Amino acid sequence: MTAVETADGDDAEALPGRSRTGARLSEWIVLYSMSVLAALLLSAILVEATGGDWRPVVSALLDGSVRRPGRWGETLAAAAPLLVVALGTVISSKAGLVNIGQEGQLYVGAATAAYFGFLIGGPGPVNVVLILIIGAVGGAFWAGVAAGLRYWRGVPEVLSTLLLVAVGGQAVAYGLRWEWLLLAPEGRRGNRNQVSQQLAADNRLPRPDLFGNEFPLTVFIAVVLAVIVAFVLARTVWGFRLRMLGRNPRAAQRSGVSEAKYGATALMLGGAFAGLAGAAMLTGGGFAFGNYQMVPGFSANIGWTGLLVALVAYEKPLAAIPVAVVFAGLRTGSSFVGSTGVESRITDVISGLLVLALLIPAAVMLVRDRRRGPSGGNGERVSHD
Amino acid sequence: MSNSELGDAGTDGAGSTVPAVALTGVTKRFGAVVACDSVDLALQRGRIHGLLGENGAGKSTLMKMLIGLVLPDAGAITIDGRTESIHDPLTASALGIGMVHQHFSLVDALTVWENVALGDAGRLDPNATRSRIGEIAEQYGLVVDPDKRVGDLTAGLRQRVEIIKCLRRDPSIVIFDEPTSVLTPEESEQLFESLRHVVAAESRAVVLVSHKLDEVLHATDDITIMRQGRVVDQRRSVDADAPTLARAMVGREVSLRAERAALGIHSLDDPDAPDTAADTDSEPGAEPRSEAPVAPAAEPVLRIDNATAHDAAGVVALDGFSLEMYPGEIVGVAGVEGNGQRALGDLLSSLLTLSSGAVAVDGTAVPTGRSGAMAHAGIGVIPEDRHDSGLVLDMTVAENLVLVEVSRAATRGLIDRKRLNAFALEMIEQFNIACSGPNAPMWSVSGGNQQRVVLARELSQQPKVLVAAQPTRGLDVGAIEYISHRLEAAAASGAAVLLISSELEEILELSQRIIVMHSGRIVGEMPRAEAGFETLSLLMGGAATGGAEA
Repeated sequence: MTAVETADGDDAEALPGRSRTGARLSEWIVLYSMSVLAALLLSAILVEATGGDWRPVVSALLDGSVRRPGRWGETLAAAAPLLVVALGTVISSKAGLVNIGQEGQLYVGAATAAYFGFLIGGPGPVNVVLILIIGAVGGAFWAGVAAGLRYWRGVPEVLSTLLLVAVGGQAVAYGLRWEWLLLAPEGRRGNRNQVSQQLAADNRLPRPDLFGNEFPLTVFIAVVLAVIVAFVLARTVWGFRLRMLGRNPRAAQRSGVSEAKYGATALMLGGAFAGLAGAAMLTGGGFAFGNYQMVPGFSANIGWTGLLVALVAYEKPLAAIPVAVVFAGLRTGSSFVGSTGVESRITDVISGLLVLALLIPAAVMLVRDRRRGPSGGNGERVSHD
Repeated sequence: MSNSELGDAGTDGAGSTVPAVALTGVTKRFGAVVACDSVDLALQRGRIHGLLGENGAGKSTLMKMLIGLVLPDAGAITIDGRTESIHDPLTASALGIGMVHQHFSLVDALTVWENVALGDAGRLDPNATRSRIGEIAEQYGLVVDPDKRVGDLTAGLRQRVEIIKCLRRDPSIVIFDEPTSVLTPEESEQLFESLRHVVAAESRAVVLVSHKLDEVLHATDDITIMRQGRVVDQRRSVDADAPTLARAMVGREVSLRAERAALGIHSLDDPDAPDTAADTDSEPGAEPRSEAPVAPAAEPVLRIDNATAHDAAGVVALDGFSLEMYPGEIVGVAGVEGNGQRALGDLLSSLLTLSSGAVAVDGTAVPTGRSGAMAHAGIGVIPEDRHDSGLVLDMTVAENLVLVEVSRAATRGLIDRKRLNAFALEMIEQFNIACSGPNAPMWSVSGGNQQRVVLARELSQQPKVLVAAQPTRGLDVGAIEYISHRLEAAAASGAAVLLISSELEEILELSQRIIVMHSGRIVGEMPRAEAGFETLSLLMGGAATGGAEA
């Protein structure tokens, strides 16, 4: 029909979908290899310059993360909360929100879970489930404060979530000073002054032993959650409307997506996932996350790192799984680097460099996508009068 | 197709031997797209040269090469007989080439003289600038108060400032890019009058870039028509007539309606005559417009009662606006842009909350500003800016087709991919949407086809009221024709269509009833039969409220 031909006139080049994704994938691979290699090179130079030897450092990284017996378990145990935090972050950013307070939401969630965990007295398995749920509720509450500020008073959630990290830290520290809140009774805390009780043995998550690796059940929970989140975002009406809100709030408003309702839900879900991760760290315990009790600094940067995982995974729930494992491996691996005699500050710099190396490709791609712009082909824009 | 008489206007133009500007074989490619394909063009001093073509014909690219914003791939540009290479705007300026851009580049918060002085190097001399503005004003009839804030001026006056800015540097070659798109017809008249002065006074060469046939016919001496990057016809304006030009511009016979709507011919003394011709080329599904006036006994399907609202800056956007619409009618909303049309569209898209007043659909009150309320009450909207609230560019074509009614492709909260795809394929076929498939990202689809996606979605919901805000802006004739037919078909099937447009021709063509908006109010309402071009333009300028500007 003639109308069609004239309608698309100058810019009808349809994009062949497949070759485009293929090109994209190879772009990703090239970018990642380049930036990781650069980070390794810089690290090696740094180690050599400070009088060390780079070979044992690399070897220690590998030993600590995967090579030594049992280290896979540790790495996966650390990956699980990272993944859960990242999933929550993906949900809120799909709604167009920038939640950067996962660290606080996780901490508050874990503290809430600890507080109620010592109060409830049901049968063990029920308690574990309850503790996880309470943790999620605690995290959701903390994010809910930011959501409330955003939708009633217009406070940007970037600021409120971030500042609430500091507030949450202080609130939990306060709780750890009083026995009626979190502090363990005199006899049970040894010589330490700011620890909670330990969760009773039957209130802890099972740690199955597979292939010589012991890790908490949260690993499976996290992977199942990733699949669920991916499905919900891609296939449900709710996920559809959430994405609509994130990509074009005005189109969403016209189509019946209430910004306050969906946005607040997404932000609180982000908090709930962070809180759940905190509760999972509490009941999962193990080498990575202490002794089934709340202590100052319990959140151990899992919230911040989880946020990075979400960024690197480019807001894709399933991609977050391998990314979380890589970040966890860096974490468990660098704990071994100290044994090579390299100074701990240098090992900190090295893990920092590697994290940067993982972030840079995502950032580069993001900027490039922005440049290319939503209108796509560059022939189009110029040739239109 | 009447073929080209290349070089006619160039060689024996105005008796002048050397053309002010001569482009020979100028070519520019953007990737696979040839924007300008070996274009020859000669501009004579003392003459106005109309450059006519559809959107995307290459007019703007050609002019951008002349002022150094785009570099040609091949061909030569000679100014007064000397071959020049214009690689940046500064060079162009030094050669005496000035351009008045389609979109204003003025700072609202500054006064007129400050805006004129903007971009000067060295110390500011307010008095010298003021007196220069006075000189130009007198010389060309471009009167404007140099101490007024630009933000307080009407579109017509702002354009004068823009022209003064350009003329102050005393260019010998002046390009006007679509200068009338934001003007009332009356303001356009004034513009062309001063254009004459500009040309006559110092024998400058002027180019008028336009896609409106009528104004090119009336205001120019020579005409060059471009299509798909090529010059297809060049002739003297006195030898030209509208149908020939239209055919050359579009490359085929166009229906008279689309031709008139798109090309801006306002020979409207006989409004109802062209209808028979118009429908010979009709789309399937488009039925002849019902000319019978709608029975006034019917209940209004949409009722807006005394609506008042303010925009984000607190300025009144709607001021006691009341309107009733009946099933099957097309109501045109005329007005100069920025007089509340956008607020009206936003109101009916649930994007604006009224501070007072009410909206009711079929007698049931609809809360304003509540997400989805208007859409669910049965108001479909083709928004003024489809990227603003009409589409989500990062989602797929299929997803965009069900933005408002996801339930169409979902069971119990789960999206059924098969149903979604089937529906999308049906729409793609029915509305001839050119895309690589239902899963093509929305941004990969061209503007005209994006508009079709919006149209398909809104019409598939069988709205009781269809709001079409500037539905054909930026589209070419084929698409305009198509969308006009669709709007008429929607009305014929019982929807009330609210056509908001700044193109008077479009409104006069399609509407049965016309209202005129000015400053957020209705300043005039009349049946189509009583509406004349003159009356409407006067009202658009605010005549009814006594606010007509000089």
